[in-house]
Amino acid sequence: MDARITLKVDGAPRTLTVDTRTTLLDALRDGLDVTSPKKGCDHGQCGSCTVLLEGRRVTSCLLLAVAEDGSEITTAQGLGGDDELHPVQQAFLKHDGFQCGFCTPGQVCSAVGMFQEAVQGHPSHVTVGSGEGVELSDEEIRERMSGNLCRCGAYVNIVAAIREVASNTVPGTGAES
Amino acid sequence: MKPFEYLRARDAAGAVAAVTGHPGASFLGGGTNLVDHMKLGITAPDLLIDIARLPLDDIEELADGSVRIGATVRNSDLAAHRLIRERHRVLSEALLAGASGQLRNMATTGGNLLQRTRCTYFQDLGTPCNKREPGSGCSALEGVNRDHAVLGASASCVAVHPSDMAVALAALDARVVVLGPDGERSMQLTEFHRLPGDAPERDTVLEHGELITALELPARPGALSAYRKVRDRASYAFALVSVAAVLELDQDGTIREVRLALGGVAHKPWRATLAESLLRGTQPSEENFREAAQAELRSASALRDNAFKIPMARNTMVAVLRDLSGR
Repeated sequence: MDARITLKVDGAPRTLTVDTRTTLLDALRDGLDVTSPKKGCDHGQCGSCTVLLEGRRVTSCLLLAVAEDGSEITTAQGLGGDDELHPVQQAFLKHDGFQCGFCTPGQVCSAVGMFQEAVQGHPSHVTVGSGEGVELSDEEIRERMSGNLCRCGAYVNIVAAIREVASNTVPGTGAES
Repeated sequence: MKPFEYLRARDAAGAVAAVTGHPGASFLGGGTNLVDHMKLGITAPDLLIDIARLPLDDIEELADGSVRIGATVRNSDLAAHRLIRERHRVLSEALLAGASGQLRNMATTGGNLLQRTRCTYFQDLGTPCNKREPGSGCSALEGVNRDHAVLGASASCVAVHPSDMAVALAALDARVVVLGPDGERSMQLTEFHRLPGDAPERDTVLEHGELITALELPARPGALSAYRKVRDRASYAFALVSVAAVLELDQDGTIREVRLALGGVAHKPWRATLAESLLRGTQPSEENFREAAQAELRSASALRDNAFKIPMARNTMVAVLRDLSGR
């Protein structure tokens, strides 16, 4: 069964017809040629399909495109400008935060979403009880990024890249929700 | 995936009516489990009623100090909420011990309760499974059963419930509020999920068309609470064993009230009521904790690969109670 939907993808409204069975990931990649979100496991376990949905990180392989009609989606290719990379992308380059690069767009989107959560004072398994603002230590970064797998094992450099950006982005305190 | 029709619900009553009148219909919340099961072929609804945008996303304090949580509140928002962190910390801890940041942003409160077992045989259409296909047999009984139940299992099914959140809710005496075609009803969370018995295809007591609309947490002024999860990885893994504990001490240190629930060991969150009754009115001590935990686990029985869960459950209960009583 087909449905006509409009998604705002990386700032531009895009209208397309999808079978109701189409995931958001497949709609982006196959329907709109937005190929930065990657299909890894296709079961929500690896994080390579991570995009920002209304600013929050989600796995696009477990969302039905028809259910996201009208939503605003940001992928890794929409994070930077035409001529400049997003600071997280720049940091991944600087710190060699990847080898094959397949998980990288998901890692980058996840990190950007994670910064926002930290700024909003969201706790994690590491800091749940503190009630204080969030300071993104290496332990925090590893916990909060655990939904993004890297089969090349570039984790050490991924943490270094994210830590560098976090120190400029996430203040040591944050408002609770 | 089988073709299906998709409709976005306008209100809860309309959603209930739509699913009630249509045997092949299913509610769609965050979709983190349902969409995956549709891909795997475990379930094949021909109509999805999307309830994820219904205005059931409030967390509010009621006049009696209890907290009411709407069914579409996302797991991440629930874990971060001030009322939950301050008064029902065990619930925040349990939520944050489950899944990943992305999945917690998607998963709803109601959907978390309705997620199904991660038993590999349940998810593998090529193997018999009484939960997926009643009467076909249980592959885990004589198969690889390291992750399976040691309490309350049956000859039909030895699967465990995967939720961390539900274990905390069991220890918090939470109630589940449900809307059905004949109106609203509510029940204790501990009565919401079922033991497998001879009908493991039924995870809960919900009837077709009934929609979870809210959870209610009774006020527990002065209670301490904690969640501890033991797993194969430090993050993003299901529990081997988990323990949620809520503890209230008198001024002289006597245990006035204690509520314990175990995860990873049974078909539902396992309230350790025997251990609770042995601890009530006693002084907190490692010896008392151990005796109570051991008494609770006397009815446990191991399968080929999961005997380790019994001492692990005992030790985790003792550790959580020791930590809490020392606070």
